[in-house]
Amino acid sequence: MTKVVKLKKGLNINIKGKAINELVDSGKSKLYAVMPTEFLGIIPKMLVKPDHVVKAGTPLFYNKYNPEVKFTSPVSGKVIAVERGARRKILRIVVEADAEMQYEDFKKGELSTLKKEDVIETLLNSGVWPFIRQRPYAIIANTKATPKAIFISGFDNAPLAPDYNFILKDQLDEFQNGVNVLAKLTEGKIHLNLDGKEENIFTSINGVEVNQIFGKHPSSTIGTQINHIDPINKGESVWYVNPQDVVIIGRLFSKGIFDAKRIVALTGSEVKAPKYYNTILGAKLDTITNGNLSDVNSRYISGNVLTGTQTEKDLYLSYYDSHVSVIPEGNYYEFFGWIMPRFKKFSMSKTYFSWLMPKKEYALDTNTNGGERAFVMSEQYEQVVPMDIYPVELLKACMAEDIDKMENLGINEVEEEDSTLCDYVCTAKIEAQETIRKGIDLMIKELS
Amino acid sequence: MKALRKLLDNIKPHVEKGGKFHILHSGFDAVETLFFVPNTVTKTGAHIRDSIDLKRTMFVVVIALIPALLYGMWNIGYNHFLSIGTAAEGTFMDFFLFGFIKMLPLIIISYGVGLGLEIMFAQSRGHEVNEGFFVSGMLIPLIIPIDTPLWMVAIAVAFAVIIGKEVFGGTGMNIWNPALIARAFLFFAYPSSMSGDKIWVEGLNELSVVADGFSGATPLAVMAAEAGDTVVNFAQGIGNWSIAELIIGSYPGSIGETSVIAIGIGALILLATGVGSWKVMFSTFAGGLAMAYLFNILAPEEHIFMNMPAYFHLIIGGFAFGAVFMATDPVSATQTSKGKYIYGFLIGVIAVIIRVFNPAYPEGMMLSILLLNTFAPLIDYYVVQGNIKKRLKRIKVNA
Repeated sequence: MTKVVKLKKGLNINIKGKAINELVDSGKSKLYAVMPTEFLGIIPKMLVKPDHVVKAGTPLFYNKYNPEVKFTSPVSGKVIAVERGARRKILRIVVEADAEMQYEDFKKGELSTLKKEDVIETLLNSGVWPFIRQRPYAIIANTKATPKAIFISGFDNAPLAPDYNFILKDQLDEFQNGVNVLAKLTEGKIHLNLDGKEENIFTSINGVEVNQIFGKHPSSTIGTQINHIDPINKGESVWYVNPQDVVIIGRLFSKGIFDAKRIVALTGSEVKAPKYYNTILGAKLDTITNGNLSDVNSRYISGNVLTGTQTEKDLYLSYYDSHVSVIPEGNYYEFFGWIMPRFKKFSMSKTYFSWLMPKKEYALDTNTNGGERAFVMSEQYEQVVPMDIYPVELLKACMAEDIDKMENLGINEVEEEDSTLCDYVCTAKIEAQETIRKGIDLMIKELS
Repeated sequence: MKALRKLLDNIKPHVEKGGKFHILHSGFDAVETLFFVPNTVTKTGAHIRDSIDLKRTMFVVVIALIPALLYGMWNIGYNHFLSIGTAAEGTFMDFFLFGFIKMLPLIIISYGVGLGLEIMFAQSRGHEVNEGFFVSGMLIPLIIPIDTPLWMVAIAVAFAVIIGKEVFGGTGMNIWNPALIARAFLFFAYPSSMSGDKIWVEGLNELSVVADGFSGATPLAVMAAEAGDTVVNFAQGIGNWSIAELIIGSYPGSIGETSVIAIGIGALILLATGVGSWKVMFSTFAGGLAMAYLFNILAPEEHIFMNMPAYFHLIIGGFAFGAVFMATDPVSATQTSKGKYIYGFLIGVIAVIIRVFNPAYPEGMMLSILLLNTFAPLIDYYVVQGNIKKRLKRIKVNA
């Protein structure tokens, strides 16, 4: 049964610099990187050294805790560096690409004849498995578990997020293949959740349960959708995959290669011409950003401005992201800013006038707009967490490291992404995402 | 503006850690952030943050209090001249200026003592000064009788800040509304200065000849005294005041509490900006009305107070002021949405019960809010338990 979910809570933040529907070839990047720090809860064990020659799909490292889970190179070429940070933590493995791409062969086969174990094996060997993540905890899916359902969010309404209707319009066949592969992994349903307000290209996809979601951000996040469609109970797990990664899974089985092509949107108020680019996972994005950014002191974010990761200027495209946001830094003083009308600022609170102009786009910066305080205002988080969860109480339980209480209050159903707007709206400027992550890390540690 | 920034930048190194005047750090920070929104940028979590901060939030509440403050000033003058029998000759400005001059020292003492202590505590903890006292410092002068001696105000403010707030860890951690703690402290520590019919009008205590027919009693005191005596025709108001006068608020009382119209303007500001919780406000009024109606139904004929029309409770005394500015204090109120309805409703109910049945406390609002402040965490606890039970039940259904 198709579900229609209507959410009243949430907040859409309109930021200047949304990508226009134009797809450009970025030109081939020379350098590519895989960053182990992106994969939560794993300890990387290296399989290659500098100067090793690799193909697209050759393992670079594996998870020490679960050696089956391998991470492979997105391109063929030569490993040129294993960059390490403090305490020799591996930050990234950089590969210099060949002129001609060569792929490891993962035997394409008739999907209908494959067993579940074979599918999992191919996914693991090709390094595609990490695209499949699980709730609770938002970590790479447990290979031993069977999920009660698999979720795909077919839209993203985070600030500046790319439009999957545009990105995937020519890749629906591979998307269908990917869905067919995922169907092998669960006995439950595959939920494809779509923005109820928009025309969708996904109507032709078979083998999925299409749910219509109405409402503001974070209605597009997996946590919110799971909470309303098929909430997780203790001991259960739900898997989820990003739409572009479903396509990669599809290609793995139809062509027998790890083809890590991806379309990425370059967005933000400091981008001269925000649009979409063809590129490859892990690519150094200087080919896209060169000459395309303003001179303003800016912040470069892989992902959206709420949950994305801050990187340096010539960032590498991160494993799970489909867009890059560039916004101005906010390290300036503003005279009597707290008392002024400030028409150029956006706020959920009606002490500003932005609520009168819901369509206006703002060039928001990274200023915290005030100092950190003790928690005073109540019910702010509740307005932006459209789940049956009490966010403040959950955060307090996380701070108190009270495992039972965290579980009772729904830690298994959330990740940072779901509390990102709490960060945003908080009058006291308290970090909610950080607290949630610490809570999740504690759960993993205590229960493993 | 640039010169000011330069000046601050010059001083800054001296008050920062390692500087000679580090002891003044919190005070400097308070001044700096008063003039300039700091240049801090996000480090973890969301990269952008809402433009709202605690300063702006608290400032909105202070703005919302201004109509009640201005009206209160006029009312001080008006009732003073009424008591000496010269109100008919006085002009609007006479009344207002008289009240303004009487009121100013109270406000200065309240802010001076309170902010001084806040800065001291912030300094000793290494925190930034919290804006909470912006509001408390304005609330306290508005909820006391005009003739309260300044030294009493100073002690009450100190008690409220130290015992009411800082011992719990400062703004955001307190259990009770600090302004009401100050009021309650005065009420129980100096009862003779806080009750009776002579304290609500400036100078009435020392006055040898009072104008004919002027008593100085508040409408609530009149009602409490009349219980059981004669039948009151409520259509003509209470005592000397018509219903219109009760609504406008030209009767003796705590400075800010009398005018429902001025408080109403403040309420509109709080509701329009979303700073005050409509849930608490609405349910407090609903609770008060419901209890008063119940009394109306149950009342024996001779019990005048029980027979008083329900809406009278909302327009006399501190009910409206408490519901709009005190009960809505987000720190001491319940945190959950469902909890807010329960919390507000019970404040209204208990305030009316105290008013009607306890002649020792003509005004029930203060005690009622403080009582429910105490129970707010308990209410939240049960609301959250409801959510927990629902989650556990889901497991059992699935299992």
